[in-house]
Amino acid sequence: MNRINKKLQENKKLLSIYFTAGYPNLNDTATIIQNLEKSGVGMIEIGLPFSDPLADGPTIQASSTQALKNGMTTKVLFNQLQDIRKSVSIPLIIMGYFNPMLQYGVEAFCKKCQEIGIDGLIIPDLPVDVYHDKYKSIFEKHGLINVFLITPQTSDERIRYIDSVSNGFIYMVSSASTTGAQLGFGEEQTSYFKRIADMNLHNPQIVGFGISNHETFKQATQYAKGAIIGSAFVKFIKNSPLSDIKSFMRSIIG
Amino acid sequence: MNYNINKKGYYGEFGGAFIPEMLYPNVEELRQNYLKVMAEPDFQKEFNQLLKDYVGRPSPLYFAKRLSKKYNTKVYLKREDLNHTGAHKVNNTIGQILMAKRLGKSRIIAETGAGQHGVATATVCALMGLECIVYMGEIDIARQAPNVARMKMLGATVVPATSGSKTLKDATNEAIRDWINNPVNTHYIIGSAIGPHPYPDMVTKFQSVISEEIKWQLKEKEGKEDPDYVVACIGGGSNAAGTYYHFLDNNNVGIIAIEAAGKGIHSAESAATSVLGKEGIIHGCKTLLMQTNDGQITEPYSISAGLDYPGVGPLHAHLYKTGRAEFYSATDKEAMQAGLELTKLEGIIPAIETSHALAIFEYKKFKADDIVVISLSGRGDKDLETYIKHFNL
Repeated sequence: MNRINKKLQENKKLLSIYFTAGYPNLNDTATIIQNLEKSGVGMIEIGLPFSDPLADGPTIQASSTQALKNGMTTKVLFNQLQDIRKSVSIPLIIMGYFNPMLQYGVEAFCKKCQEIGIDGLIIPDLPVDVYHDKYKSIFEKHGLINVFLITPQTSDERIRYIDSVSNGFIYMVSSASTTGAQLGFGEEQTSYFKRIADMNLHNPQIVGFGISNHETFKQATQYAKGAIIGSAFVKFIKNSPLSDIKSFMRSIIG
Repeated sequence: MNYNINKKGYYGEFGGAFIPEMLYPNVEELRQNYLKVMAEPDFQKEFNQLLKDYVGRPSPLYFAKRLSKKYNTKVYLKREDLNHTGAHKVNNTIGQILMAKRLGKSRIIAETGAGQHGVATATVCALMGLECIVYMGEIDIARQAPNVARMKMLGATVVPATSGSKTLKDATNEAIRDWINNPVNTHYIIGSAIGPHPYPDMVTKFQSVISEEIKWQLKEKEGKEDPDYVVACIGGGSNAAGTYYHFLDNNNVGIIAIEAAGKGIHSAESAATSVLGKEGIIHGCKTLLMQTNDGQITEPYSISAGLDYPGVGPLHAHLYKTGRAEFYSATDKEAMQAGLELTKLEGIIPAIETSHALAIFEYKKFKADDIVVISLSGRGDKDLETYIKHFNL
């Protein structure tokens, strides 16, 4: 069974962390992953930086630009992750935009992910229908779970379709926004979280965008299986030593 | 060979809508409605009326006698430079603002490089009384001060794009991010034949008035509708798409595209996408774009801000790949020279974008009885400072 599916069966709320690979320093990748696991994080999204990250707000954009300046590439990332499964056992997901994967070769990219022990991919600009028609069989052949996003504007009909194509979890974007945009959740979000929970989807949902502290983590996981922190963590490692990751996580999980 | 867009939004293998889910409802709403709205008689009526009374169409098809004599062929210039706001851009913004109104949108966003599309968008927003926000790279704001002032006079808010390389590509990213954050009341007026489906097709159709007019104007002057060649410069490719549109299926009409070679195709300071680009995804569509081996989009260069874009529209990628169009690229120097030559021979100062199209005579010899229609996409007022500097005027 894929590590993601297995993790999602555990009877507790899941905290997933996104970070941009190659930031703040090129070779921090493995250390960050190891520290995150030790701090009780349930799942990690390793961001493959892109020059034009359309869905991201200023924090992740800036970290991507810096990571590319530091010399991060798809090949470098794969090299850094080559031995990661010797020390880390939680699910690992690569999150990135489609063009770098396309240039690497989608099949070669998936094959390499499988070799390393990557469990899934999140590709915000690969639409669900294109995935379904062209790439699903390749992902499945290499044991990769592809994760799709939904937003408060996504229609019920489309959510059902996305649910039918998904085989891990659904990434629930908390509001109409790019990453790192807001400060807290209001009534609008709560009713959206409830609406989705009431749909009884096959796939569990994990909430992302706008989660930055204990309070928002609790609000998000009241209805959903877990929550993802991205920008807040990227901001944190900009200013703090990697050894402080544990205390950051404690402040979130409580 | 088919040069029209297919049901899924592709020209051959290029196009599509590679967008984050956050944009799906906006783009889907447009996709479902754009053809229907454009076909409505009252839309047609309002669009055509504004093109006539406000833009000043039809734009003349002018026989350039002295230029023709110099190159021993028959050259016609399609005078898009005489449009209100000084370029072809306004054909599209008029169309899209009417579309936005019919979709019930109250807020308009746009990206701009040199500021021409920004001005054309701010103009139609003033005309319709809609809020207008224009994203423009911080570097472009500094080098295009008159257009920034125009947009402000027209009531638009100009927001500097400070991410990445701070030019057109980043302004486009910022506009897309704005749309993600404002999914309900906002329409994004993309200025070129790029972006996710249905934008390339919608923009092409609004600009197709250019080739529609060429046909009947040429009929009047030459007794036949079809020239031997149509020539246009290409950045994203909206003036080219409009100039080619009604000739695409007639193989007797040669299609010529001129890109910006900057300081030379292989100088590392160029925007010649057909030569330097590879298939990939930029701003929501699959097309040819300039990128590193690793798939990072690279920064182009051209003396002309309007051609300074790392991709081409998917229609043009298809025309290139299938061999339907001949692609050339002109350097900064060749373009500036061609612009000066037109000024001296015909008394028309062209936009530097357009000057690239005029440099075709450097690369191709036409027959004496060939009819060559060149899209004179914009006027050169905005470029005076660049001309002054280049020629030490």
